[in-house]
Amino acid sequence: MFAWVGEDRMPSADARPIDNDGRKTGGGEPGGGLVVAVWATLKRDLTLLMRRRSEVLNPLVFFALVITLFPIGISPDPELLATIAPGLLWVAALLAALLSLDSLFRSDYEDGSLEQLLLTPQPLAMLGLAKVAVHWLLTGLPLALMAPVLGIMLALPAGSYLVLAFSLALGTASLSLIGAIGAALTVGLSRGGVLLSLLVLPLYIPVLIFGAGAVQAAIMGDGASAHLAILGALLALSLMLAPWAVAASLRISING
Amino acid sequence: MTLRLQARGLACERDDRWLFEDLDLDIRGGEIVRVEGPNGSGKTTLLKILSGQLADYQGELFWNASPMRRARQAFLESLLYLGHAPGVKAALTPLENLAWYQAMAGETPTEVSRLAALNAVGLAGFEDLPAGQLSAGQQRRVALARLVLTPRPLWVLDEPFTAIDRDGVAALEAQLVAHARSGGCVLVTTHHEIKASKELRHVRLGRGGQNAER
Amino acid sequence: MGKIWSFIHKLGSPKWFYAISARLMPWFWLAAAVLILVGSVWGLAFAPADYQQGNSFRIIYVHVPAAFLAQSIFVSMAVAGLIFMVWKIKVADMAAAVMAPLGAAMTFISLFSGAVWGVPTWGTWWMWDARLTSMLILLFLYLGVIALRGAFSSRDSGSRAASVLAMVGVINIPIIKYSVDWWYTLHQPATFSVTSRPAMPLEMWAPLLIMVLGFYCFFIAATLMRTRSEILRREANKRWVRELAGGLS
Repeated sequence: MFAWVGEDRMPSADARPIDNDGRKTGGGEPGGGLVVAVWATLKRDLTLLMRRRSEVLNPLVFFALVITLFPIGISPDPELLATIAPGLLWVAALLAALLSLDSLFRSDYEDGSLEQLLLTPQPLAMLGLAKVAVHWLLTGLPLALMAPVLGIMLALPAGSYLVLAFSLALGTASLSLIGAIGAALTVGLSRGGVLLSLLVLPLYIPVLIFGAGAVQAAIMGDGASAHLAILGALLALSLMLAPWAVAASLRISING
Repeated sequence: MTLRLQARGLACERDDRWLFEDLDLDIRGGEIVRVEGPNGSGKTTLLKILSGQLADYQGELFWNASPMRRARQAFLESLLYLGHAPGVKAALTPLENLAWYQAMAGETPTEVSRLAALNAVGLAGFEDLPAGQLSAGQQRRVALARLVLTPRPLWVLDEPFTAIDRDGVAALEAQLVAHARSGGCVLVTTHHEIKASKELRHVRLGRGGQNAER
Repeated sequence: MGKIWSFIHKLGSPKWFYAISARLMPWFWLAAAVLILVGSVWGLAFAPADYQQGNSFRIIYVHVPAAFLAQSIFVSMAVAGLIFMVWKIKVADMAAAVMAPLGAAMTFISLFSGAVWGVPTWGTWWMWDARLTSMLILLFLYLGVIALRGAFSSRDSGSRAASVLAMVGVINIPIIKYSVDWWYTLHQPATFSVTSRPAMPLEMWAPLLIMVLGFYCFFIAATLMRTRSEILRREANKRWVRELAGGLS
């Protein structure tokens, strides 16, 4: 065959014929291809993030640090802290989730994988969704799980811890989806980080209102189900629309 | 083999400057088309347009005689594009890198074929090292292994010879010729002189829209 | 249908737009000047003073039209962006580009006048009133669109990115507005809101309506004018622009 190396080896994969339509023979049907591609993207991104664990840990440390700043900056009085705790926890978690957004597509853009992602015969929106899912799994979900611990430190009243974690888990999924649009729009810019927060933060406000509202309602004993339902509705809306906006934005960003 | 990529009246304007204007191309199976031109003449842009990445151009593209807009899916299923950047993840091993590409191509990943492909580009023994520890040339070879791994009739290669050693260059050249001979089609930019063969054709991009085919 | 299409495409050509807008623009300027003049004289001098707020309520004649425009301009900007993305009509993008600073300016005017109005009503320059808060968020959205457009080295990419962001923003504006309203009623259930008032007498709202119309005419005229100069700037290499410039000198 081709003498890439000194000795002559016959690559077995090369022997497969190409049929008339140019498709490799023996490939799967298109529907199966999408599942395989999405699964492979999930697996790849999870592997990548697990190998760079600091990227997963940094937002969590940031979250804890910001929460530490407030009692120092305002007052250690537990009563005062308890009243502002829901908002504080939500704002800090939101900023922590924002922190890791910039890297969502950046390394793919820099090493050329993004071009390849755009040229796969699979719908880009679904592959983008897979990447966002990994981002939530390793940023939003850990933040939600960690929040109750920080809640204790802010003297968050009992009975709202479960709602805090659940509202954050639900809300950060929307945040990842909306944020991915901003990340996709700014991935081609060398200093996109600050711009990204400028674009994305105003869009985060509804999620913040209903997320922090849910925790407050739980503290008041009003029941947080209405807030959580609205958070769910926001998530459903983001799930429907954001992937297409992400795909369109990535196509723009690849133009340079 | 039916394989035909056509461009009619292709023009690309980038911020008030015409990179090329009124460019007609007819690329068929069995050809190696080398796009030439000085730096900044729009070679990469042309390749990106022809591979369907840029929508920002004037003129029309046809794949197998049907307009690109309608044939996009079939086109992407026939295309293998290698860009300036190799698209190899430093934190993943060559095997893992190729597994993703294999899945993206719509194939069920099999390790045997990946090992064979890496073997073919001379990376036997490096399969399980993180690609970041490989040299630039070896990383490029990981990307080039896709030529073997996922057989696609149309290859669009942007500077594929970058960082490849002399033996590798010869092997890649032979591979391009063999691909063309078996009915495939290669569209390539390179600063490296490709040995003349009957399959080779040149498209020259000049400044100010003076494009000629020779 | 075919006629409408060819008209739209003609209008989409910069040269045609330049010619047509030259004829339309003076009328809009005239209408804006007359309406704003009549509205402000009527509103400031002849409309009766408010029984609660006295003369300070008259700031409504600037505040409300500016707030109306601030929101409408964002919507028109997103529509222009959509037209640019779908039909690749460049004039639509030029219009969107010049609308963004105009909209941001209107948002700022409505915020500023709201703050000034706050002094006699609330005794403070700033209250986290639902409308003011929504306006502030709108200002941030505008700034984001402007910054994103400017951040790209390729103008075409910047145009597309700004279009996508404007469309994303326009979907979000009602959601933001409703959630902020909801948030406000939850936290301050019984506060006096300056702009939501019981029925206004005719002598008060008639000048307001005239002012709103005047502001809209001003917006259209200003957009036409600035789009025209944007056309000249972007098409400076085209023959018709050079002929135009040659004819002038």
